[in-house]
Amino acid sequence: MLVAISSLTILGAAFGLILGIAGRFLAVEADANVAEIEALMPGTNCGQCGFPGCSGAAAAIAAGEAALTCCAPGGKAVAVALAEKLGVSLDLSGVANEGPKVAGVAEDLCIGCCRCIKSCPTDAILGAPKQIHNVLKEACTGCAACVEHCPTEALLLHPVPVTLPHWVMPRPAAAF
Amino acid sequence: MGLMEKFFGLSWGIHPKDHKRPAADAVTRIMPAPERLYVSLAQHLGAPALPSVLVGQRVKKGDLLANPQGSVSAAIHAPTSGVVAAIGEIPAPHPSGLPVLAVTLAADGLDEWSEALEATPDPFALAPDEISRRVAAAGVVGMGGATFPSALKLASSRKAGVTTLIMNGGECEPYLSCDDRLMRDEADAIIDGIRLMLYATGASAAIVGIENNKPEAIAAMQAAAQAYSEVSVRSIPARYPMGSEKQLVQTLTGKEIPAGSLPAEVGVVVHNVGTAKAVRAAARYGQPLVSRLLTVNGGAVKHPGNIVVPIGALVEDVLAFAGGFSATPGRLVMGGPMMGMSLPHARVPVVKGSSGILALAGAELADREEGACIRCGSCVRACPMGLLPLEMARHIQGDDLKGAVKLGLKDCIACGCCAYVCQSHIPLVQYFAYAKGTLAAEDRAKLHADATKKLALARGERLAQEAREKAEVAARRKAEREAAKLAEAAAKTATAATVKTVETEGAPA
Repeated sequence: MLVAISSLTILGAAFGLILGIAGRFLAVEADANVAEIEALMPGTNCGQCGFPGCSGAAAAIAAGEAALTCCAPGGKAVAVALAEKLGVSLDLSGVANEGPKVAGVAEDLCIGCCRCIKSCPTDAILGAPKQIHNVLKEACTGCAACVEHCPTEALLLHPVPVTLPHWVMPRPAAAF
Repeated sequence: MGLMEKFFGLSWGIHPKDHKRPAADAVTRIMPAPERLYVSLAQHLGAPALPSVLVGQRVKKGDLLANPQGSVSAAIHAPTSGVVAAIGEIPAPHPSGLPVLAVTLAADGLDEWSEALEATPDPFALAPDEISRRVAAAGVVGMGGATFPSALKLASSRKAGVTTLIMNGGECEPYLSCDDRLMRDEADAIIDGIRLMLYATGASAAIVGIENNKPEAIAAMQAAAQAYSEVSVRSIPARYPMGSEKQLVQTLTGKEIPAGSLPAEVGVVVHNVGTAKAVRAAARYGQPLVSRLLTVNGGAVKHPGNIVVPIGALVEDVLAFAGGFSATPGRLVMGGPMMGMSLPHARVPVVKGSSGILALAGAELADREEGACIRCGSCVRACPMGLLPLEMARHIQGDDLKGAVKLGLKDCIACGCCAYVCQSHIPLVQYFAYAKGTLAAEDRAKLHADATKKLALARGERLAQEAREKAEVAARRKAEREAAKLAEAAAKTATAATVKTVETEGAPA
């Protein structure tokens, strides 16, 4: 009886010591965490989340100050990736997954003021003063940074059109 | 598995009622070109072809309509003589009914062949690469339905040092009999094509595998192959999906293709028997792939059978030529009932990979109510790839696609055996198609995000550089201004000093 108790006590103390030392020496720095979170973000620094760029948002997420669903252009995919990275369960029921979006210029409204060009984080808008602007669809992330800068509401987000090579079989409605 | 199969026979697959006859026994009919043909520019695997004709241009049968674009692509040719009426979007032969770019041809009814065809009396005198080049120029793609450009497959087999050519005459899909009919009608042409493919790939032997439910085709092919020792014709058990590449190779050679690799890994390459005929036409006569044999079948078809159809003919024209309907079709399918595509309507064109057009009706379409999974394991026994369909579907239902991938989702060949045998009528294969499509979309989104991230970084650098240059200019201006000020001040003091000196000098002593 005494042998069992003492041996378990010694074992417990020894393992506790090892864990304590390991915790001290192998501690993960918080910065590395932030960097890893930032790598999952779109990296376009569009500012839609309200933080100063993707690094600011990553720091806020790591500190637990921001919701995982704060990234507008990243949408559901980024939220899921972040939840997986941080090992947190995520409630997506409130997030409407509207699918990928892309900006488009209404040519009858554009006055060629160039304000949107300066706001685009990926240089996806092409144009010159007093010329109708255009969006390069391949470079647009759908972050909506340009939308609020347009004085004539000519910039709007549209869902990315479904094409034949990109068509996905719809999910069967689960009966059970 | 090997030992189990030795004692108990093959365990995978299913035996659906084949519905191949009477269509397979009906004499082959040839459909003349309809008034208008809609030749899709994306009827092969890879990048769509780029049109090389103009609207209003007159073309003859076999003239080039579109050039291949990119490394994996195929040329498209005019299926008959006529005038290019339009180049634009038409509904694709696809369940979604989304548009696809196509060349619309108004036929002149003459059906004149082009004079520019490169015929050669002895293609075996050509270099093997020249055969591949001619096959590429003829726009030949895999006729079994996968539509991979054949010339690329011939050239890559040669590079990979493939030793055995497996010819797929399995045709395991129910209802379809076009390969069966082709082997009965044109066994000599197919054998000639196989010999040309052997020559082009450098393989030493060819094995033709034909399911034992086609005794006439086996007899015809064996008779045609008798003179050539390098070509052997073998009867294989009828079982769906025997015509699938991995299953066919394993049955004929005993070699298992590793997960995620091509048959070349085990020294074989698989081609469809229809492709052999198309390769022969391309190499010997320079004829491009402009028509194909396809099966018109199903409960709603009045006269089921096999028809040679020009590529680009509308499904409704083909069905009308076949003799129309005996009942109202409940569903139109392109390809076989197991892996084919349900069509939104009949105004879609026939493409190079169309092996059949099915108009199904009545009992063929019994809509079955889905129940809960009772974990009976029928799908596990039926799966030819040895996967666990019930577990994969459960993961997908719970939105855990990664879990499904871990269980081997990428190895799923979408044959549909699991859904066919499911006691609870769960649409298992649809779940897998949905999951594979979603994963592919996620990969595309990741690529897009990486590209835009680079753009954002480049913009950041550019803005930083502009700011730096501005600061430099400002600093230079400031320095210049200060230098000017200093000089001015110095000049002032100098003048003041002079004035002072003058004053001092001018002062009375």
